[in-house]
Amino acid sequence: MESVLSRYRNLIILVGVLFLQVLGLAMQVKRGNDTQDTRLIRIWAVGAMSPLERSLVWVRNSTGVLWHNYFYLRGVRAENRQLREQIEQMRLEQVRLSEDAAQAHRLQSLLAFKEQFVSKTVAAQVIGSSGSDMSRVVYIDKGENAGIRRDMAVITAQGIVGKVLMVYPTVSQVLLINDQSSGVGAILEKSRLQGVLRGAPNGEVMLERVMSDEQVAAGDVVLTSGGDQIFPKGLPVGAVSKVGNGKDLFLTIKIKPASNLSKLEEVLVLLEKQERQAIAEDKRVRAADILAQRLPSVPDKLPAASATGAIPGSSAQSAAAASVVTPGSKPKITNPITPANAPPAKTVSPVVVPGATSTSAQQPISKVPDSSAAAKPKISVAGGNATAPEVPPADVAQEKPATPAPAQSNSQPAADNNDPH
Amino acid sequence: MPITYTSGEQVEVYRFSIPVTIFVPLLSLFVQAFVPLRFPWFAVYFDLPLLVTIFFAMARRSPIAGLLTGAFIGLAQDMLGHNPIGIYGISKTVVGYGASSLGVKLDVENAGARFLITIGFYLVHSAVYFTVARALVNMSQSWSWSHGIWAGLANAVLGTFLYFALDRFKQRT
Repeated sequence: MESVLSRYRNLIILVGVLFLQVLGLAMQVKRGNDTQDTRLIRIWAVGAMSPLERSLVWVRNSTGVLWHNYFYLRGVRAENRQLREQIEQMRLEQVRLSEDAAQAHRLQSLLAFKEQFVSKTVAAQVIGSSGSDMSRVVYIDKGENAGIRRDMAVITAQGIVGKVLMVYPTVSQVLLINDQSSGVGAILEKSRLQGVLRGAPNGEVMLERVMSDEQVAAGDVVLTSGGDQIFPKGLPVGAVSKVGNGKDLFLTIKIKPASNLSKLEEVLVLLEKQERQAIAEDKRVRAADILAQRLPSVPDKLPAASATGAIPGSSAQSAAAASVVTPGSKPKITNPITPANAPPAKTVSPVVVPGATSTSAQQPISKVPDSSAAAKPKISVAGGNATAPEVPPADVAQEKPATPAPAQSNSQPAADNNDPH
Repeated sequence: MPITYTSGEQVEVYRFSIPVTIFVPLLSLFVQAFVPLRFPWFAVYFDLPLLVTIFFAMARRSPIAGLLTGAFIGLAQDMLGHNPIGIYGISKTVVGYGASSLGVKLDVENAGARFLITIGFYLVHSAVYFTVARALVNMSQSWSWSHGIWAGLANAVLGTFLYFALDRFKQRT
C-alpha cells in the first residue's frame, strides 16, 4: 500500500488539487455565479495588482500631460480657431435643439411620461483589465470611497461602456458590454425596435431578439432603452455594422459600439439617475394656458366691473397694468359669468367701451379688450392642436412693442399664428 | 530508475530564490492585466502567466512543484476576472504537472524543444479551459483551431525569448 502511494504520489496530488478546484468551482456555480461570494478571495488579487497599475497609469498620464501641454504644441493655434468655429455652429444648433426639447417636454407632460436623467457622475481612470479575452472586465481607480456601488452604469462621452460588477474600497470592476455575460436593453433610434445587447465570445457586440421580418439597416443608431434598470434611456450605444439572418426567426445584428471598448482611459460612473415627470407637477400647463400666455390682449383677470356693466374705461390705466402678460406667468382666464355669481338677466345690458380704439392708441402697453371678446375668448382646442384665438393682427402689432420680451421659443410661434399671411 | 531522453546534465533540477518565485508570476499577471489596455490584441493571443507556469515547471522538474505553481498562478488569474474561480486554476494545474513531467524526460533547454512544448501546452491549456468552462460552468465557448494554432505560435515565439531571459534567475541545487 505504501509503495503504491509513493509510486503514484504525484498523480494522487494532481487529482487531489484538481478535485479541490472542481469542488470550489461547483460551489460557485451552485450559488448562481455571484461574484459577491468570492469577494474576499478576489480582493487579494485586486489589492496586489491595483497599486502597481495605479502608479503606472499615473506615470503614463504625467508623462503625457508634460509632453502634450508643454512640448508638443504644434498646430494648437489652428485647432483653437477650428474649435471656435465649431462652438459658434454648436450654439446655433443648441438654440434649435432647446426649442425641440421644450416642445418634447410639453408633449411628454401631456402623456405623464416619466424620464430618467443622469444627475450625478464621478470620473474614473481605467487602470487595468482581467488580461483575458474570456472575461472582458476593466478596473477603475474609484471604489466604495467615491460612492460607487454595484450595478451602476459606466459611460464615456461617446456612449455606454458597461456596469459596475464588483466594488472594493478604492477600485471597482466594470463588466464591459462586449462580455458574454453582459446584457443591455437597447432600442433602434429610427425604427424603435427593442432588443438585448450581448457580447459574443469573440468580443463583438450583438443585438439580439429582433425578429427577422423587421427592417434593420447598417448604420442605424442604437440607444439604450432603459429597460435594464441600469442605463438611463437614450444613451448612445453604437451603430449597426452588419445585419444577417440568424436562427430561430431572429436577426443577427452586429453593433459597432460608440465607445472604443478596447482603448478605454477615462470613464464616468453614474452615481445617481433620477426619475421624474417630464415637467414638474406645479409647472404643468395646459394648451389653453400656453395660448393665453401668447395672447397679450387677454387680460390676466377680467375686471369684475365688466360683468356688472360698469365701464372700465375710467380706470383704464389700472386695468391695463393688470393685463400685461409676462413670460412665465399664467394668466387666469376666469369666466365671470358663472351660475353662482351671474347677475339677473334684466340687469345685464350690452356694454360699450367708449373710445376703445383711442385708449389703445394712448395706452400702447395694453388695452382693455372688447367686452364681447373678453367675455368669450375664442380659444379652441381640437385634436390636440390648439388654434389661436381670433385676434385682429393690428392689435397684436400694437401690443408687441410693449410686451416685455418673452423667451424666443414662446413668442415666435404666437406671432406666426397671428400672422394673417 | 526513470527513463530519460536527456543527459545527466540536462535533467539537472533548478531552484529559484523566493523573490523570483513570488514576483515573476506576479509581474506576469500584472503585465497581462495592464498591457491589453493599450494593446487589446495582447489578451487575445498571449498568455504570459501560462508561459511563466511552463518555465517554472520545466526548470524545477518536480511534478508537485509544477502543479502547485500552475494552480496558484491560475487561481490568481481567475481572481482578476469575473468568471468563477478555478477555470484557469485547473487548466494551469494540468499544464504545470505536464510540463514538469515532460521536463524530467526531455531536453527542455534548447530553443526548438521549448518552442514546440509551448505550442503543445498552449493547446492543452485551451482544451482544458474550454472543457471546464463548457462542461462545468456552462459558459458559451466556441473552439477555434485557427485561433489556437496562431495563438500557440505567438506564445511559443514570445516564450522562447522569455525563457532565455528567465534562465538567468535559475540556481543550481
